[in-house]
Amino acid sequence: MKIGVITFPGSNCDEDTVVAVERVGATAVRLWHKAHDLEGSEIVILPGGFSYGDYLRAGAIARFSPIMQEVVAHAKAGRPVIGICNGFQIACEAGLLPGALLRNASLKFVSDTVRLRVENVDTMFTNRYAKGQVVRIPIAHGDGRYHADADVVARLEGEGQVVFRYVNAAGQQAPDANPNGAINDIAGIVSAEGHVLGLMPHPERALDASLGSADGLPFFESLLARVAA
Amino acid sequence: MTRFRVAVHIVPRRGLLDPQGKAVADALRSLGFDGVDDVHVGRHIVAEVRAADAKAAEAQVRAMCAKLLANPVTEDFEIAGVNAA
Repeated sequence: MKIGVITFPGSNCDEDTVVAVERVGATAVRLWHKAHDLEGSEIVILPGGFSYGDYLRAGAIARFSPIMQEVVAHAKAGRPVIGICNGFQIACEAGLLPGALLRNASLKFVSDTVRLRVENVDTMFTNRYAKGQVVRIPIAHGDGRYHADADVVARLEGEGQVVFRYVNAAGQQAPDANPNGAINDIAGIVSAEGHVLGLMPHPERALDASLGSADGLPFFESLLARVAA
Repeated sequence: MTRFRVAVHIVPRRGLLDPQGKAVADALRSLGFDGVDDVHVGRHIVAEVRAADAKAAEAQVRAMCAKLLANPVTEDFEIAGVNAA
């Protein structure tokens, strides 16, 4: 399977993401932001980083990159798109996911390993996790406070679109387990149709227990499981 | 066509947690500005545009705000001034 990884000016997790894709046996396709072709990628990943220096708002300018026209068309055709960290911000700015990512409530950039509870495993991105499983995944962001209008949040919750939630070691939601003040402790969401996923944490940085955590591997393995199924 | 400088204020939507504004308000109070109830930190953008008249210049910038300059989910904007450049 071919998985495209886009490099915007200022992306800094693109190579890590390529490594993750190759680690699970998929073929990574490096895509440049000025290109107009996804080169047959079945899944497209918008990686983390600081595209266009986060000018104006994180993700606001990247959304107008030439390749984003192709990414939006890809998503509108029902094909999978994943936004990780800055990629989540870009996906929201591009209207592929509802809501927005605001400045962390602490006003501090947070680089840490956090615990997430996998709330929905019936997605093509999470089928290798167990429902309610608590995983350890790194975060590194200054603008990660997910926000959406109350009716949008209610819909996300009601439809199982909240996929990852920040929790404490006991797997419970708690104010001090939420690193950025995100509404309802939301760390990751999926689109209503189920093929666009955005999350602030970095599963591509959790591939190996000797480097802290291997809990990100099932995320990438899930992508393959869908095709095998 | 005339050149105009159109200024726009973009501010966090009222009621949304604005930690930056709160930090500034706290700092002002610690300086003795006891009358500070709240502070909102936003952006001030000046666009230099060509347009037939001031009304058209303002309309252009309003469209820019709706499409890019402001995030419709979290921010509000208001035109602060339209002046011939």
